Amino acid sequence: MDFRWDIIMEYAPYLWKGTLLTIGLSLISILIGTVLGLGIGLGKMMRNKLLSFPFKCYIAFFRGTPLFVQILLIHLGVVPFFTGETNGVIATIIALSLNAGAYIAEIFRAGIQSIDKGQMEGARSLGMTHVQAMRYVVLPQASKRMIPPLGNEFVVLIKDSSLAAVIAAPELMYWGRAMASQYYRIWEPYLAAAIIYLILTLSMSFLLNRLERRLETE
Amino acid sequence: MIKVENLKKTFGKNEVLKDINVTVSPSEVVVVIGPSGSGKSTFLRCINQLETITGGKVFIEGTNTTDKSVNINDIRTEVGMVFQHFNLFPHKSVLQNVMLAPLKVRKISKEEARSRGLELLKKVGLSDKAEAYPNSLSGGQKQRVAIARALAMEPKIMLFDEPTSALDPEMVGEVLEVMKQLAAEGMTMVVVTHEMGFAKEVGDRVIFMDEGVIVEENSPVELFENPQNERTKSFLSKVL
Repeated sequence: MDFRWDIIMEYAPYLWKGTLLTIGLSLISILIGTVLGLGIGLGKMMRNKLLSFPFKCYIAFFRGTPLFVQILLIHLGVVPFFTGETNGVIATIIALSLNAGAYIAEIFRAGIQSIDKGQMEGARSLGMTHVQAMRYVVLPQASKRMIPPLGNEFVVLIKDSSLAAVIAAPELMYWGRAMASQYYRIWEPYLAAAIIYLILTLSMSFLLNRLERRLETE
Repeated sequence: MIKVENLKKTFGKNEVLKDINVTVSPSEVVVVIGPSGSGKSTFLRCINQLETITGGKVFIEGTNTTDKSVNINDIRTEVGMVFQHFNLFPHKSVLQNVMLAPLKVRKISKEEARSRGLELLKKVGLSDKAEAYPNSLSGGQKQRVAIARALAMEPKIMLFDEPTSALDPEMVGEVLEVMKQLAAEGMTMVVVTHEMGFAKEVGDRVIFMDEGVIVEENSPVELFENPQNERTKSFLSKVL
């Protein structure tokens, strides 16, 4: 089998541009998803069943339906409904953030609930409010335990951003597919994309491992 | 100082406390004893409302704590609590454990919290451990830090929930010593414990609880030497 390095070289600038967009999309979605996830996770834990219900529905919907369907709904339905037009990059960021938010909410909830009940009681017995006890006692301990599952979620999110190719957001997979259809080649474009994704996800794992170890020694 | 009236507490269908009435005077040390499952820990936790009470009233210095207009956090600043399992904050140093609540709840300055924290650690004999983390301490040391942490809020009442039950036998003494000192200084204390020696020596009054009711209460001498109730007698014969 001949491997055509020349078409990879030809597409290198586009793959580079696509990679940058993939990184950008992922980082922004991770950021928004994390903030969203904290809010939704706390919302789901509210004792009042009526108040926590919408948060439970949110999580059920975004975890229970395929991300692909969510991307199409948001790209073709939600964004045009509000703005009259649509944009692949924006739609991808919205879909990824909302989707990650649901998973991250569960990570936050699990992290917070894994902290011994005595910690909250110890803090409350000293006269701290629920919010103070959360902020100074429970969350700092829970956040350490959340890092491994969060890292997992971030890696999944980077990979899932490849779905944006189908709504013409010019990220890495988009250019891979463009290359494949221009030259009718399979191995060169998809292997190149796969390796770049692998580099991205491995780097993410590496960074989070470092962070985890640093927090452990503190 | 503390007045508990017709206190009831149920968990689901399980009636843990049935009509408890107790009054504790200032500087009094009340020791609560009884078999496990008798409701004595729940009773203690109802005093500062770590458990929501099902019925009855709890007054702390005349304030009805179950009244909706009362901020329970204000009450809790006056009522320190020491737990069986210490509940120290493992991500903070010993000194930070002691300083946290005064800083965040009383809003005193960092310098003041620090000097007060060091003073309290000296009082419980742990000045040299100020910068250590709780996980590096022995059980007895942890419990002494927990006492210092509760005292940092300058409470008027201290509740002790089996403070020595999770300790190795050789560490029980050092914790009881700190508690004796507190009692001698005139602190109002309610102590749930299995340490009958402590009850005899330090207690002004002993309450024997079983199956959610106060079976008998009396001075330690009377209760231990001359128990009136059959259940008290059989319990004491097993533990003494």
